Amino acid sequence: MTTVIDRTRTPEPEGSGPVSAAARARKKATPGGGLYQPRAPIYPKLVRGTWRNIKWALLILTLGIYYVTPWIRWDRPGGLPDQAVLVDFTGRRFYFFFIQLWPQEVYFLTGLLVMAALALFLVTALFGRLWCGYTCPQTVWTDLYIYVERAFEGDRNARMKLDAQPWSFNKAWRKIGKHAVWLGIAFGTGGAWIFYFHDAPTLIRTFWVGKAEMTAYVSCAVLTGTTYVFAGWMREQVCTYMCPWPRIQGAMLDFNSLQVTYRKDRGEPRGPHKKGQDWTGRGDCIDCNACVVACPMGIDIRDGSQLECINCGLCIDACDEIMIRIDRPKGLIAYDTDYAVAARMQGEKAVYKPVRSRTIYYGVALAIVSGVMIWGFAQRKVIDLHVLRDRNPTFVRLHDGAIRDGYTLKISNRGFETRTFDVHVSGVPHAQLKTPGEAATQGDLFVTVEPNETRAVRVFVTGRADDENEDNLPAIFTLTSGDLTVQAKSTFLSGAANHDPRD
Amino acid sequence: MSPRETDDVSGVETTGHEWDGIRELDNPLPRWWLWTWYLCIAVAIVYWVLMPAWPGLHGYTHGLLHMSDRAQVVRDLDALKTQRSAEGARLKNLSLEQIEADPKLQAYALAVGQSIFGDNCATCHGAGGTGGKGYPNLRDDVWLWGGTPEDIQHTIQVGIRSDNPQARASQMPAFGRDQLLPAEQINDLTEYVVALSHRPANAGAVGRAAPVFQANCAICHGPEGKGDQTKGAPNLTDADWLYGSARADIHGQIWNGRGGVMPTWEKRFDPETIKALAVYIHANAAGQ
Repeated sequence: MTTVIDRTRTPEPEGSGPVSAAARARKKATPGGGLYQPRAPIYPKLVRGTWRNIKWALLILTLGIYYVTPWIRWDRPGGLPDQAVLVDFTGRRFYFFFIQLWPQEVYFLTGLLVMAALALFLVTALFGRLWCGYTCPQTVWTDLYIYVERAFEGDRNARMKLDAQPWSFNKAWRKIGKHAVWLGIAFGTGGAWIFYFHDAPTLIRTFWVGKAEMTAYVSCAVLTGTTYVFAGWMREQVCTYMCPWPRIQGAMLDFNSLQVTYRKDRGEPRGPHKKGQDWTGRGDCIDCNACVVACPMGIDIRDGSQLECINCGLCIDACDEIMIRIDRPKGLIAYDTDYAVAARMQGEKAVYKPVRSRTIYYGVALAIVSGVMIWGFAQRKVIDLHVLRDRNPTFVRLHDGAIRDGYTLKISNRGFETRTFDVHVSGVPHAQLKTPGEAATQGDLFVTVEPNETRAVRVFVTGRADDENEDNLPAIFTLTSGDLTVQAKSTFLSGAANHDPRD
Repeated sequence: MSPRETDDVSGVETTGHEWDGIRELDNPLPRWWLWTWYLCIAVAIVYWVLMPAWPGLHGYTHGLLHMSDRAQVVRDLDALKTQRSAEGARLKNLSLEQIEADPKLQAYALAVGQSIFGDNCATCHGAGGTGGKGYPNLRDDVWLWGGTPEDIQHTIQVGIRSDNPQARASQMPAFGRDQLLPAEQINDLTEYVVALSHRPANAGAVGRAAPVFQANCAICHGPEGKGDQTKGAPNLTDADWLYGSARADIHGQIWNGRGGVMPTWEKRFDPETIKALAVYIHANAAGQ
């Protein structure tokens, strides 16, 4: 079956009444005049309903996580920080509850980001841009800012009226109050951010007496500025012009993705409706524009799926309210697929197909990456060993002809307790080990490494002169501490090829 | 002023400049450009007030911040000194054995020692400390003046045959050049020394040289040729040769009696640095 989806925009309705902000902006731009199109201000109207309630709940949840996380304490031994989540740039450590990651393990973070990206692909292919509509910080903070704006200036109509008024005391205190609260929230945002990088209870004291690091003040100032500008002034422009995701999403979505959809099969032909009029021969859309005035992105959802739409569902709530009032079934605007709309228009049954080749690919990729990550994490050891063989001199010949090679062992203890390591060398027969400050031994060396530290230990291996094999030998360093073992391979250079022929 | 002309197409005034019939429009500068320019001027004025800016007849304007790179370097060096003072004091007060036994302090001493060695000692002893002909190898277990940490520390302090009155000094006579021994006896002695280090040698020459060795060489190198660290006399029975192991090298050494000079370092380094250097050299040597 060939499905034809009509994506042509319906012509702009002429006449009075609210029109989408995008349409107003298009009209405002005079042809050939000016390089940039001016922004038409958007005054989203408050709606009530299921999706709005979900958005409020997610707003509280995400902001709660953001503000509370740095204050969670997690007991760690010794002088280690007891902040559950801490990115310690100075000490080059990332603490996350029960684990600590070192800079060389940053691939765990990379893997997590790859997983997040694939999960985003999968969710978008299935349910559209849920991330944009509900959990993106830009959306959440903008929502919060609009809430504040509404508290000071009233809902849509009051705000439009206020903006059109000349300056007065009433207008001034409302505007000043709004911006003051916005700046307060912005400062709170930047202020909370820096707690992730320093011990929060300490920083909150040092910050106010001017004794915190300069980076804390600068980061706080930058985030205060960006929050205020992005959420207060730029809003939907950040999504439409700055963010790459609306462009990328085009490759993730298809006709079977759930998106906020105007069911034109049910709504058209639209037009004003008087109470008591017959519904036959016309669509359910009464052209009341409730969906348009509710949209925080300033678009008309009835134009079909479009770049600006963040899939937040506020127009669904707005429309449902109207449908109840005019006693028509809810869901003229709903989470639906383009495919379903087209199918219904043809009089066929609409089926939602979550399992498609696209979702299978994303799902499989996500499963593979997650599997590799979990495996890698399970294999992770809290101890690590690197052996650096001396390059100069490669070997030293002793007075009795014995050969002595120097190595630097870098032993990392990523655990939370002091560990004593048993250093064993195999591959060199009758090897004698020596480390500065200890007596030479035929057996193993013992090295103690403090928690959360890497210790560089010089180890010298002396091979006996009467060893038959004069060739270079493999030198295998084995470190044992409790039930943990790590191994590193190196070479014992005997200098066989360098023998002085005169000797 | 000539009357301004207006371009018909754009309605913008022209500057009156014309090239081959093309006239330049007098469009205003873009706003963002103009404001950037004003901002630069404002920044420049603030800079003049705060920072050293203008030359004068007697010096220059210092600016309110009194910024000076030279003063900053002095401050940085002072800060570095303060930062190192705790470790430095411990190096000063503890014995070399105690320093080696403390992992943290040892690591600090090794780092200091490595840097000092690279800048000062590597010139003769090599970056790896393995020396060369005439320059002792500091990585092996053969030490002319002793290889304990204290011996090494003392050698660095006073030097060898240096101008320090306490310098380690000894001089092997130039038996050939100064005609202390006849040439045939020096040939015989060469064979004797080769034999001492367990290599095949002319038995007749060895026999003839034995009394000569005891009369002339044993006073420093010992009756068995095993050397004496109090006099800096090398052990002649091992495989290590400062001036080479071949017969010609040994003959040349008996003939000329060469002895190298190592400078005294106590005038240049403070005692902590010399201690750190001694720890570094001892830690890397297969010494005593």
